[in-house]
Amino acid sequence: MLTRKPYVFAVAGALMLAAAACGSSDSSTSGSAAAPASITYWASNQGTSLESDKQILQPELDRFTKETGIKVNLEVVPWSDLLNRILAAATSGKGPDVVNIGNTWSASLQATGAFVPLDDTQLNALGGKARFLGPSLAATGAPGQPPVGAPLYSTAYALYYNKHMFKDAGIADPPKTWDELVADGKKLTKDGKWGLAVEGASVSENAHMIFTLGQQHGGDLFDSSGKSQFDSPANVAAVKQYLDFIATDKITNPSDAAYSNGTEALQDFIGGKAAMVMWQSASGTLKTGGMTPDDYGVAPIPLPDPSSGGKQVDSMVGGINISVFDSAANKDGALKFVKFMTSKQTQQDLNKAYGSLPTVTDAYDDPAFQTPEIKTYQQILANTAAPLPQVANESQFETLVGNAMNQLFADAASGKPITDESVKAKLTEANQQMAG
Amino acid sequence: MVVSATSRPGGGRGSGDPGRPPPPSGGRKGRIIPRLPVRLRRLGLPYLLILPALLLELLVHLIPMVIGIGMSFIKLTQLYIRNWSAAPSAGWSNYHLAVDFNAPVGRALLHSFLVTVAFTLITVALSWFFGMAGAVLMQGEFRGRGVLRALFLVPYALPVYAGVITWSFLLQRDSGLVNHVLVDQLHLFGDKPFWLIGQNSFASIVVVSLWRWWPFAFLVLMAGLQNIPRDLYEASAIDGAGWMRQLRSVTLPMLRPVNQVLVLVLFLWTFNDFNTPYVLFGKTAPQEADLISIHIYQSSFVTWNFGTGSAMSVLLLLFLLLVTAIYLLITSRRRSDA
Amino acid sequence: MRDPKWLKWVRIIGLGLLGLFTVTPIYVMITSSIKPLKDVQGDFHWIPTTITFSAFHDMWSTVPLAHYFVNSLIVSTIASVVSVVVAIFAAYAVSRFRFAGRRAFSITVLSTQMFPGILFLLPLFLIYVNLGSAIGVDLYASRTGLIITYLTFSLPFSIWMLVGYFDSIPVALDEAAKVDGSGPIGALIRVVIPAATPGIIAVLIYAFMSAWGEVLFASVMTDEASRTLAVGLQGYATQNNVYWNQIMAASLVVSIPVVAGFLLLQRYLVQGLTAGAVK
Repeated sequence: MLTRKPYVFAVAGALMLAAAACGSSDSSTSGSAAAPASITYWASNQGTSLESDKQILQPELDRFTKETGIKVNLEVVPWSDLLNRILAAATSGKGPDVVNIGNTWSASLQATGAFVPLDDTQLNALGGKARFLGPSLAATGAPGQPPVGAPLYSTAYALYYNKHMFKDAGIADPPKTWDELVADGKKLTKDGKWGLAVEGASVSENAHMIFTLGQQHGGDLFDSSGKSQFDSPANVAAVKQYLDFIATDKITNPSDAAYSNGTEALQDFIGGKAAMVMWQSASGTLKTGGMTPDDYGVAPIPLPDPSSGGKQVDSMVGGINISVFDSAANKDGALKFVKFMTSKQTQQDLNKAYGSLPTVTDAYDDPAFQTPEIKTYQQILANTAAPLPQVANESQFETLVGNAMNQLFADAASGKPITDESVKAKLTEANQQMAG
Repeated sequence: MVVSATSRPGGGRGSGDPGRPPPPSGGRKGRIIPRLPVRLRRLGLPYLLILPALLLELLVHLIPMVIGIGMSFIKLTQLYIRNWSAAPSAGWSNYHLAVDFNAPVGRALLHSFLVTVAFTLITVALSWFFGMAGAVLMQGEFRGRGVLRALFLVPYALPVYAGVITWSFLLQRDSGLVNHVLVDQLHLFGDKPFWLIGQNSFASIVVVSLWRWWPFAFLVLMAGLQNIPRDLYEASAIDGAGWMRQLRSVTLPMLRPVNQVLVLVLFLWTFNDFNTPYVLFGKTAPQEADLISIHIYQSSFVTWNFGTGSAMSVLLLLFLLLVTAIYLLITSRRRSDA
Repeated sequence: MRDPKWLKWVRIIGLGLLGLFTVTPIYVMITSSIKPLKDVQGDFHWIPTTITFSAFHDMWSTVPLAHYFVNSLIVSTIASVVSVVVAIFAAYAVSRFRFAGRRAFSITVLSTQMFPGILFLLPLFLIYVNLGSAIGVDLYASRTGLIITYLTFSLPFSIWMLVGYFDSIPVALDEAAKVDGSGPIGALIRVVIPAATPGIIAVLIYAFMSAWGEVLFASVMTDEASRTLAVGLQGYATQNNVYWNQIMAASLVVSIPVVAGFLLLQRYLVQGLTAGAVK
């Protein structure tokens, strides 16, 4: 009659068996201090796939191991997961030693205290502040505080244009002003093709463009006391200008208002559906898509008239930083790794593979970085790029403003009239939702 | 593969060794365990039976829930995420923020809540109806029955991501099948409508959810129908009942316990569904289809405001508790009347 | 039960429409997996103009698909089987015994269905990290943690459904078994479980599928080694391009064993049982 206990044991035993069987085959996250030293590195997805990223990084990691004897446990984390995983690691104290972060996250992550700030000694070990590109270094944390990472890859926005489509439309040179861009766009919009492609439902793309255009209209997203002012006249004008590509200028396909995954506008450009696109360092993707420098050209995004009172900014400073976790098991190894990744050879190898720009000035002597495209980017980064506001609630700003833009784009695409009032109303709502 | 053979389907093995008669004391295993007084064993048995379930629920659901509720009373932002005990108390301010319907945050939350209620009611009703129709129509022998049954379960077998991503593909404005059929082939509209942004996005999320959930209702109702004894139908046929009458007076009443559970569970799951809107719309949903799970995710995970997000989740929980309590009150009252 | 004439037509139309609704996305998945990526991103055509199987080849290397598949299979199978066993015991207790705390237990189990996942995601994660280091078994970023999580997630509904099924099996059957000399557990094994087989199968399928498709917890609680398909498929949407054709191909391939399993098990769903009838 007493038959219950064996079943309970059986269940408990099954659970333990399962736990043992499955637990033993999993990798542990942080390296141990004893025996062969190692570090764990979470890389971001920069290439065409997670596997191709591994293939690009592995030779560099092997070189690091040869030089220092420290083994690197690599994991390439897709962007959809990266912030969640970093959050989990910051919360629990259990995570990798080194990680790539999007540089717009710097100030937010800095505020968590989970990352090692690089003081002057450590920066000097990396070659000193002057070795890094100014704008890239500015995008590593709030001003006045030590940076929480070193810039790794640099990107900026530029205007990509299809040389063949331009020739067919009789346009000789890429546009230098916004009026020229709209006029060219109108000439190029015919036969099912469009002048300009935009990623209208991508929160980050929208936030970046609004920042840039807002600067051009003379406005800032945050005032001097740090309070948000998304609905200032300058920002309203910026948003309206961007929306008008669909609404009034009609040089952008209304379908673009649904492009949300960060690839569609560029794919339209590759497929010849759009003649222009404003994008960050796209050469790697364009090459994979079969385009060569004969097919496409790169020009700076138009700047405003100097007399209009706006700032001469045509791009935000994009890029990836490499940061060390404060809870890292092997901090020394991690810092050595950062030094390695920002060293000249590594910078040249990786940025060549990814089509981005080195963040250190001494890496530019390689002929691969002397192409017209890279030189254009260098100019932009050096002269007309500005970092996004380095405030702790940067991600909140991106979400709120980006979301407002998504909704406005949807309105524009469905034919609703876009006026200064309707734009201001949406931006005011976003502004009010910014918690103090 | 693991554990005792008793849980395996198909009765045969579970009945014990076919060749050995059961010993008089009731089971071979009874001899291995020291005997306690029968009364104690009998009293303790149900508690032991529910113990594994209780322990697991405590570990995975209940204790984290309590911690989550605690989170809603502190200002948990990125500044304190590493050290929760240092986070300043927020008192009720997170809740105030969520329910202040005059302020944008509260207003957005209310809007999202109403959208979700509408979405859930419509989806559950349609899923149940489709599941019921499918299960009832599948009774009886006819050609192709097995194939059809397997086919209906396929959406359920597909990974969620794949199924929903395929729908987002079908609903693309320029290159999707839906617009291809509606505009290019059937000429129902002049201009290609948007399905993933704007007003139609609500219809889209309902259709995609329906496509995902109705096979589940179908599965559950099919199993439920199997348990209705044949002789009840025979008895009612002798009384002169036609097909429809049998449906009303035999099938539906006998399915009541199953339906009770099914409808409630579908409601709760659909209300809380995160995967479907997340894959269909990406991280940010259009306003017309701003389901509450995505909305809370936006307000917390994405913006590092965990205190606020927790408060919103607790409010959501309270609402669902209320709904469930009312539902159970109504349905059990009916049962006691019946 | 003689079916009326009109039922035949209702059946054809009703099941036909349901079939169409179900099959259309699947058809798109199949044709998209054999179209080249450019065609997939271009205008839609019912019949593919070019056919290529490159997606089925590339999909193994773009993302470690085989590895994710094995992880998903292990996690889902163990979680569902253990969940059903635990649920059977608990449901039997609730159905057959009037014990103190029975109501409280049912309500507690039921109430967990209302918890929004986001609310306890972060706390659960913290518990796993701390508990894991305390007992020495990796719970975070491991299959074990996922298994425990998923088996608990499917527990409330499984218990609930099984209580319903067990309730509909007359106690007289239990009594009959006890007369033959078995205890309550014997009655459970010999009579109740066989009688409730369709319900058990349905619950097993439900538990398996809910583990198979869960995304939110899998994305936070796994690392490369323990990642499941549900999250891993997102790897086809990269920085530069979304490899639609590979997503479709991968989904089809990983679903074949699952669908095959369904086909095997559905026999039990329709087994005409007379268990409910006590003569």
